[in-house]
Amino acid sequence: MKKADRVRWWTYLLLGAAALACLFPLYWMFVVATTDTATAHKLPPEIVPGGNFFHLAGLVFSTVPFVRSIVNSLVVAGSIGVGHAVLCSLAGFAFAKLRFPGRNALFLVVVLTMTVPTQLAVIPQYMIISSLGWVDTLQALIVPGLASAFGIFWMRQHLATTISDEILQAARIDGAGTWQIFWRIAFPLVRPAAFVLGLLGFVSAWNDFLWPFIVLKSPEMYTAQIAIKALQNSYSIDLGLAMSGSFLATLPLLVLFVFVGRRMVAGIMDGAFKG
Amino acid sequence: MTATLSPPRALPEATGRVRQSLAERLAPYAYIAPFFLLFAVFGLIPLLFTFYVALFDWNPIGEHVFIGLDNFTRLVGDTRFWNAVWNTISIWLLSTVPQLLVALVLAHLLNHARLRLAVFWRMSMLVPYITSVAATTIVFAQMFDRDYGLLNWLLGLVGVGPIDFMQAGWGSHVVIAVMVAWRWFGYTTLLYLASLQAVPKTIYEAAAVDGAGAWKQFRHISIPSLRPVIVFTVVTSTIGGLQIFTEPLLVARTSPLTCGPVRQCQTLTLFLYEQGFGQFEFGYGSAIGVALFVLIIAVASLNYVLSTRIRPERS
Repeated sequence: MKKADRVRWWTYLLLGAAALACLFPLYWMFVVATTDTATAHKLPPEIVPGGNFFHLAGLVFSTVPFVRSIVNSLVVAGSIGVGHAVLCSLAGFAFAKLRFPGRNALFLVVVLTMTVPTQLAVIPQYMIISSLGWVDTLQALIVPGLASAFGIFWMRQHLATTISDEILQAARIDGAGTWQIFWRIAFPLVRPAAFVLGLLGFVSAWNDFLWPFIVLKSPEMYTAQIAIKALQNSYSIDLGLAMSGSFLATLPLLVLFVFVGRRMVAGIMDGAFKG
Repeated sequence: MTATLSPPRALPEATGRVRQSLAERLAPYAYIAPFFLLFAVFGLIPLLFTFYVALFDWNPIGEHVFIGLDNFTRLVGDTRFWNAVWNTISIWLLSTVPQLLVALVLAHLLNHARLRLAVFWRMSMLVPYITSVAATTIVFAQMFDRDYGLLNWLLGLVGVGPIDFMQAGWGSHVVIAVMVAWRWFGYTTLLYLASLQAVPKTIYEAAAVDGAGAWKQFRHISIPSLRPVIVFTVVTSTIGGLQIFTEPLLVARTSPLTCGPVRQCQTLTLFLYEQGFGQFEFGYGSAIGVALFVLIIAVASLNYVLSTRIRPERS
C-alpha cells in the first residue's frame, strides 16, 4: 500500500518537462524581444535577455498605434467578459431554476449549437456586419460574442448545484419578482463561477484573430493581435520587433493570470464534467 | 426568512403560479432570448446563407449570378482544394492525437494526492491557453527557423540538419501541429484531471490490493471513467482543429495567404479566406465553406462513434 501511494521521481521529471515546454516559449519570446536583430541571429543563440527591450518597445509604439490597439482589445474583451458573465448567468438561471413550457427542448437546442461549426460561415457573417454598417467598428467584434452556449451550459450547472429551490420559494413568498430573485439572490451566490466564465470570455476575445482580421480595416481600429500581424508585415526581417509586439500584447494577460490563474484553473476543473 | 420552515414544493409553487403576471411568465423567455437572437443572427443564418451564396457567382461589389452547382463542380476539379483538404486533415491528426495522449498521461500523473507543487503544475499548463495564437505562431516560427532557429541549432550540436521545416509539406504541418497541440494540451489535461478526481480513491486502492500495477490501473480504471470527457474533447478538437486559420497565415514568411509558395500548409479555412476575401469570390469561397462543413460533420460523427466504443471492462 505504502509503495503505491508514493509519488515516483519520474512523475516530477515528466511534469517538469511539461511545465518547461509550457513556459519556455514565453521566456524565449522575451529574450528575442530584448535583443537586436544581429544578436537574435547569433549562433549559438543568446539565452539570457539583452538590454534592448525599451528600444524595441518604443519602435513598436511608433510603428503601429499600439496603445490604441491595446485599448481596443481591452474594450472588446472587457465587454465580452461582462456580457458573458451577465447574459449567460441570466439564461443559465432560467434553465436551472425557472419552469416554463419548452424549457428542456430549448436547452437541448443550446447544447446542440455548441457542435455547430460557425467559423466557416465568415462570408455571410461579413455580409451581415456589412449590411448593419458595422465594418471597421468594435461593435462588430463585441455584439456577436456577448453570449455563448458554452457559458449558458456552464452557468446552468453551477446554478443548479449551488442554489436550493427552498431559498427561491421563500423569496417568492416574500413577494420578490423573478428579476429580483436572480439579481439579489441567485447571481451573488454564483458570482465566482460567473467571474471565471467572464475571464474565459475575456481571454478568448483578447486572443481572437480571424474575425477581427476580416472586419477591421483601419490601423486605429486594430486589436492587439491584428497589430502584431501589421508589425510582422512591415518589418518581416526584424524579428525582434514582431516578438516585442507579441510580448507586449501577451503581457496584460500574463499579469492578469498571476492574480486570477488559480481561480481559472479551479473554475475550468469545476465546470464542465461534474454532472 | 422562512426557508427552513417552508413545506417542500407543492404549496409555494401553487400560490406562486396564481399570482404570476404576464410579465413574470414571460421572464424566462426574455432571459434566454439574447443568446438565441445572437446565435440566429451571427451563427445560424450565416451558416444557412453559406449554402445559398455557394450557388452563385457572387461578387461583393458587383453582380450575383445564379450558377447552380457550378462552384461545386469547379471545386471537385480544383487541385488546390484537394491539397487544402489533405493539409487540413494532416495538421488536425498531427495535432490532436498527440495532444490528447499527452493530456491523458499528464492528468494521470497529476491525479496523485501527495503530489507537491500541484497548483504550480496546473497553472503552468494553462499558460499556453492564455497566450494568443498570433504570439505563439511568431515564437514557434522563430524556433523552427532554418537559419537562426533554436531547434536547428540544437540539432546542429548533434550533427543533424539544418532542416528547412517550412519548405517541406510534412515539416510545415508538424510546425503548425506543434503550435496547436501546445496551446490546448494543458486545458485538456485539466478537464481530464477533473474527471479523474471524481473517481473514488478506494477503487484504485482495491485494484492495487488485487495486484494491478500503474499501467493496469490507468488502462482499466482511468480510461473508462474518462469516457464522456474524452468524447467531448475529441469532438471539440475536431470542430476546432479542422478550422485552423491563424497559424498557417502567420507562420509562412512568404505568401501568407497560401501558407508558402506551393501551398504546402494552406488549410481549408485559409483557402476559403483567400478565395473570399483575397479574390472577392464570395460564391466560390462559400462553396469551400460548405465542403468544410461536410468534412467536419463527417469526421466529428466518425470520432463520436469511435470514441463512444470505449467502454468499461467491468460494469
